[in-house]
Amino acid sequence: MRKVKEFIIEKLILLCGLASILFVTLIFLFLLKEGIEVFKSVGFFKFLFGKSWYPISEPPQLGILPLILGSLLVTIGAAVISIPIGIGCAIYIAEIAPQKLKEILKAGIELLAAIPSVVLGFIGMVTLVPLVKSVFHLPTGLTALSGAIMLAFMAMPTIVSIAEDAFYSVPKTYKEGALALGATHWQTIWRVLLPAASSGILAAVMLGIGRVIGETMAVMMITGNAAVIPHSIFVPVRTLTATIAAEMGEAVVGSEHYFALFAIGIVLFVISFAINVTADLFLHKRQ
Amino acid sequence: MVKLETHDLNIWFGPAHVIKQVNVEIQANEILSVIGPSNSGKTTFLRTLNRLNDLSANYKISGKVELERKDIYAFDVELLRRKIGMVFALPLPLPLSIFENVAYGVRVTGIKNKKKLNEKVESALRQGYLWEEVKDRLDESAFKLSGGQQQRLCIARTLAVEPEIVLFDEPCSGLDPISTAKVEDAMVELKKKYTIVLVTNNVKQAARVGDRTAFFLSGELIEIDKTDRIFTAPRDKRTDGYVRGKFG
Repeated sequence: MRKVKEFIIEKLILLCGLASILFVTLIFLFLLKEGIEVFKSVGFFKFLFGKSWYPISEPPQLGILPLILGSLLVTIGAAVISIPIGIGCAIYIAEIAPQKLKEILKAGIELLAAIPSVVLGFIGMVTLVPLVKSVFHLPTGLTALSGAIMLAFMAMPTIVSIAEDAFYSVPKTYKEGALALGATHWQTIWRVLLPAASSGILAAVMLGIGRVIGETMAVMMITGNAAVIPHSIFVPVRTLTATIAAEMGEAVVGSEHYFALFAIGIVLFVISFAINVTADLFLHKRQ
Repeated sequence: MVKLETHDLNIWFGPAHVIKQVNVEIQANEILSVIGPSNSGKTTFLRTLNRLNDLSANYKISGKVELERKDIYAFDVELLRRKIGMVFALPLPLPLSIFENVAYGVRVTGIKNKKKLNEKVESALRQGYLWEEVKDRLDESAFKLSGGQQQRLCIARTLAVEPEIVLFDEPCSGLDPISTAKVEDAMVELKKKYTIVLVTNNVKQAARVGDRTAFFLSGELIEIDKTDRIFTAPRDKRTDGYVRGKFG
């Protein structure tokens, strides 16, 4: 009797384990099935590197280069802002802050992670967008820069908390060893702790970027959504994610436009997957 | 000449009174062995001397520690730690190459000249009895060395900063007898130039290398005397019991 019970429970758990893999596979296959059409009709390279995205013109022009560049621009912008601040913040929390301040900062960062992205989006829309517009004297504040700043806020909690863990996992003895040689606290951080925590920090950065690239709501609200190739960070852009979110509702099911949106999904999936795998590699290297 | 001394030294970690009223004078160019059972406060005592305990939360100290008659809290802490180097119980190479491990402390002092750096690294590795074994593989990761070699690397790293005093915290606890013998040889050689304080769990090691030996028990300094005397005719019954292996 007991054996049967064990057997059933074991199999049930196995099923749970397999379910997650199954769902991922099914989702990917579905994406592939719907998206592959476009690669056939438009051509793989023409789709990826086509310069214009006019899905409802006749015939539709389905080149997603402007969208890829839009996503890249916003992501790189966000990375440039969030990585130094995030790592600096992690160093401060892990190494310098007194205990009480540490608790407060950590709570604050968790809170930042808890703000729904749509809320960040509309706060950005009413505060950041006018600010960017007036500071840089632009015709509109709905630009890649606004999106990058907003997304930096979203990447920060991920980067800070994972980088902080990376610092904690550096053996205390490294620090003592360096200090015992007469290194100052900062020299110890810079030459010993940072290199020792580097793989964890890289993982933190990758996961932060992964979060940024997949983000939809906030960017859709504040980047202006113009599907043209951006020539600077001060112009409106449209990202891959925002395109799917904005157009899926109006695309005719079964049309080329509809399939193209799925193809964009494949591109996003591949990018996110690559980023996560890289992050994973770094994390494993650490152990 | 008295190099390092403590006056009525008391140390607390929170409510725990770890070092009680310790008065010690450490002479220049001697090896002072510090023995005692675990939790007798000997490592804490050692870490007080180069102010490494300052890192711990709720650490409290009273009394005085003086380096050449000057309060150690009157020194710039980095300078103090350069003057009083430390070798830890477990070999702790930094995640760098063999060369960089030794050069690290030298660089920290601001020396960047490549030739000077090379000279200092070589001289330190020679003093650590390691040069011959590693001279052809200086760029390899320090983690590729054996445990005994890593410990001698840590000694070399400490010496490269040119300290006056070297604190050894159970430097051989993780080493095999042959590596231990090499480290002990290095220590005896080093006392010509440096003052050495050796904390050890190995009573025989204290007998082998120490000029004088101090016996700690529950945070108190029970007895300090010439090593021969501690091992043949100690004044305190507890010292006698410990060195004969009756407890500890």
